[in-house]
Amino acid sequence: MSLLEVKNLRIEYPSRHGVHAAVKSLSFSIERGEIVGVVGESGAGKSTVGNAIIDLLSPPGVIASGEVFLEGQKISGLTPQEMRSVRGSKIGFIFQDPMTSLNPLFTIEQQMTETILANLNVSKKEAVSRSLSLMEQVGIPEPELRIKQYPHQFSGGMRQRVVIAIALSCEPDLIIADEPTTALDVSIQDQILTLIRDLCIKKNVGCMLVTHDMGVVSNVTDKIAVMYRGDLVEFGPTKQVLSDPDHDYTRSLISAVPRSDIKLDRFPLVSYIEEAVEMKQIDIKNHWLGQSEDQREFTGPLLSVDDVSLRFVTKDSFFESKREYVQASNKVSFEINEGETFGLVGESGSGKSTIARIIAGLYAPNEGKITFEGIDLTALKSEKERRPIRRQMQMVFQNPYTSMNPRMKVYDIISEPIRFHKLASSETEIRQIVHDLLDHVGLGRMAGVKYPHEFSGGQRQRISIARALATRPRLLICDEPTSALDVSVQAQILNLLKDLQDELNLTMLFISHDLPVIRQISDRVGVMQKGKLLEVAPTEELFTNPQHEYSKHLVSLMPEFKGLRDKLAS
Amino acid sequence: MFTFLIKRLFQALVVMFVISLVAFSIQDNLGDPLRELVGQSVSEDERQALRDELGLNDPYMTKYSRFLVNALQGDLGTSYFFKRPAAEVIFDKLQATLELVFGAAVIIVFVSIPLGVYSAIHPKSAITKLIMAVSSIGISVPVFLTAIMLMYIFSIELNWLPSYGRGETVNVMGWETGFLTMDGFLHLILPSISLASIMLPLFIRLVRSEMLEALSSEYVKFAKAKGLSLNKIYYVHALKNTMLPVITVGGVQIGTMIAYTILTETVFQWPGTGFLFLEAINRVDTPLITAYVIFVGLIFVVTNTIVDLLYGFVNPTVNITGKG
Repeated sequence: MSLLEVKNLRIEYPSRHGVHAAVKSLSFSIERGEIVGVVGESGAGKSTVGNAIIDLLSPPGVIASGEVFLEGQKISGLTPQEMRSVRGSKIGFIFQDPMTSLNPLFTIEQQMTETILANLNVSKKEAVSRSLSLMEQVGIPEPELRIKQYPHQFSGGMRQRVVIAIALSCEPDLIIADEPTTALDVSIQDQILTLIRDLCIKKNVGCMLVTHDMGVVSNVTDKIAVMYRGDLVEFGPTKQVLSDPDHDYTRSLISAVPRSDIKLDRFPLVSYIEEAVEMKQIDIKNHWLGQSEDQREFTGPLLSVDDVSLRFVTKDSFFESKREYVQASNKVSFEINEGETFGLVGESGSGKSTIARIIAGLYAPNEGKITFEGIDLTALKSEKERRPIRRQMQMVFQNPYTSMNPRMKVYDIISEPIRFHKLASSETEIRQIVHDLLDHVGLGRMAGVKYPHEFSGGQRQRISIARALATRPRLLICDEPTSALDVSVQAQILNLLKDLQDELNLTMLFISHDLPVIRQISDRVGVMQKGKLLEVAPTEELFTNPQHEYSKHLVSLMPEFKGLRDKLAS
Repeated sequence: MFTFLIKRLFQALVVMFVISLVAFSIQDNLGDPLRELVGQSVSEDERQALRDELGLNDPYMTKYSRFLVNALQGDLGTSYFFKRPAAEVIFDKLQATLELVFGAAVIIVFVSIPLGVYSAIHPKSAITKLIMAVSSIGISVPVFLTAIMLMYIFSIELNWLPSYGRGETVNVMGWETGFLTMDGFLHLILPSISLASIMLPLFIRLVRSEMLEALSSEYVKFAKAKGLSLNKIYYVHALKNTMLPVITVGGVQIGTMIAYTILTETVFQWPGTGFLFLEAINRVDTPLITAYVIFVGLIFVVTNTIVDLLYGFVNPTVNITGKG
């Protein structure tokens, strides 16, 4: 008898436009001590499955048919009262974002003990001592002190440990972890996954790990269930599925994962995903996009950053000596040559984005100099002097959901910079340019009449890229442009960026926390930690022979995913 | 904490300075105070002499600096009508106003929180729809109309409750209170309800929308996944988060209520500061008007500071000792 058995589960979302089946007919099982990875892209229905098992579907979702058994006992269709006794005590749940899954107004002690008291028949004192030992088990130092604190006093990784401790607090038989490491840094991701893995083995509980990250899946799971549009397309032992996938979708998904071991020119085999649209070719020599008026005379590097420092006030005080600062960037220096892609990598808070914003002129540095084609940007006094420079450098932001004005049509979003910098002579010319840009990034000109919310994340990022190209920039600053996207869409966007670069001889500053992505896209890489640039090296050299201790550490943590694809490629 | 208070004090000084400037400039433009001060028989010469004596003919800046120096010593001028220091007059009437506002605040808290929470937990029930419908009507009915309607129904038709004045009061350590006598308490009911009626719909809606937001949060979902009972999730986890913005808005609105009881007090002939202010305007009692405007400014500054301090205690993520 399996620990968890899901039989022909079908989940529906009724709406005015008819019934949408988020999960069609799903059957799988989990044994004790086993980790089953449920993978798929956003919208594939993988989180829905986890929520359905503990009857926490967000309305109007309902289980239309099918059954769920926990240790042979049917748990689908229980009354809310009966279901409550399953949650917490038999099934523990770990959510994606530790920043929001803890209540900000209660101490860790209150949130841990209330779970234990609600599910187990123990005294208050026992609940506290149990909480303390759990905190120790999940690796939180000084539990006596930390337990009295509030969630905001914990870092993201520590909060996720607290969430795991709560999920384990009533000794459940099964843990459902919904993207438990997506919101965390690589080094913390590794710790958390190891922790979940060890606890599952030690306590002999089963685990359903919902994730979109193939690296995570290949490292910790025993079995994989691949979901595509509400269907289970493949279910089997991890090794077998990854090395010899049956389904085209699985193959496509695997090939879209950026390789950490070798640099490829393009991502192959990503065409299974529907969003892929053929890029329409433009004769760049005769097109507006290629006719930049910027004549290149300067021979040095396009951009050079010299000893740039910036600090933010974290604690203000009337007395100067009592003020506290965080050094967001500390004497950072590097150069980017024309046509090159420079990657900046580091964990969150390392100051990567700060550097991008300083270069783009969104922050003014405290010290240091930024030179663009020999012009000292820090010496520019007025916005008017900066304007021609601004036109030549554009940014693509991380979150395509918030970086566009939701009240503007796509056509207006893209034409705005052209109008602002007066780059076209007539309205007809603007229309022609916008349509060509939309065609060129693979959206099609009809996209212009729609609003941003009508597009998916990947499509929106294409709009951002089209908007950035609309000023005919020389330097494109990409700040984590793919971290909010699914792997297959990420592969498409990276392919698009590479094509555009080859075509337009763009120079790129590419910022990411994802080492395999950096390896695929950059020519040279800089590693940042706590505001300092530790090392700059050509990509292959950095990945094969990192010099700095921290770079070595980062490279060693990279999820290994090799050996599996070589078979696929053939 | 200390830095916070110092900063607040400095801001308060700037605000009070600006208010005093505005309030004082009214004095010159509110008719002739002598008309109220002296009888018909006083000749024009005597009036001029009296004007000189009162300093009414001095240049504006001289008058203002004299006023400011006095105000800093706690002297906001002498009421022409009461012939007593204006600050003292306001303070006497303040007790009645504070009791009225307290009564209204109690009604608001005990009505808006249960109704708001109920309508958030049961968004589709018929009672919720009724609450929302009545509260949107409540927003659009002016307070004097509510007051007159209440008076008509409960005092005139049913004859249950008194319709004007404070009734019998008891002096407890220098404070005239109406809470301790049956008569005083009955007199409080109608004015409190009518004063509360303006804020009530706003608060029901505020509580409801904040509660809805809390209920859709991840921590509530996580609390469900932890196996907690629904009551605990609603009334402990969600309610505490709901109360944070309610405290902020509520504190500021209490300031507003103290300052603008004018309508309610006038309709119910309530002997508080609002009624006093209206009378002062009718009598062109300029020192009293000026003092009242300054006093209202002070109320806002003080309540806002208290609200910010309280917020820091309730919300652990706000640290008023340093970080914003």
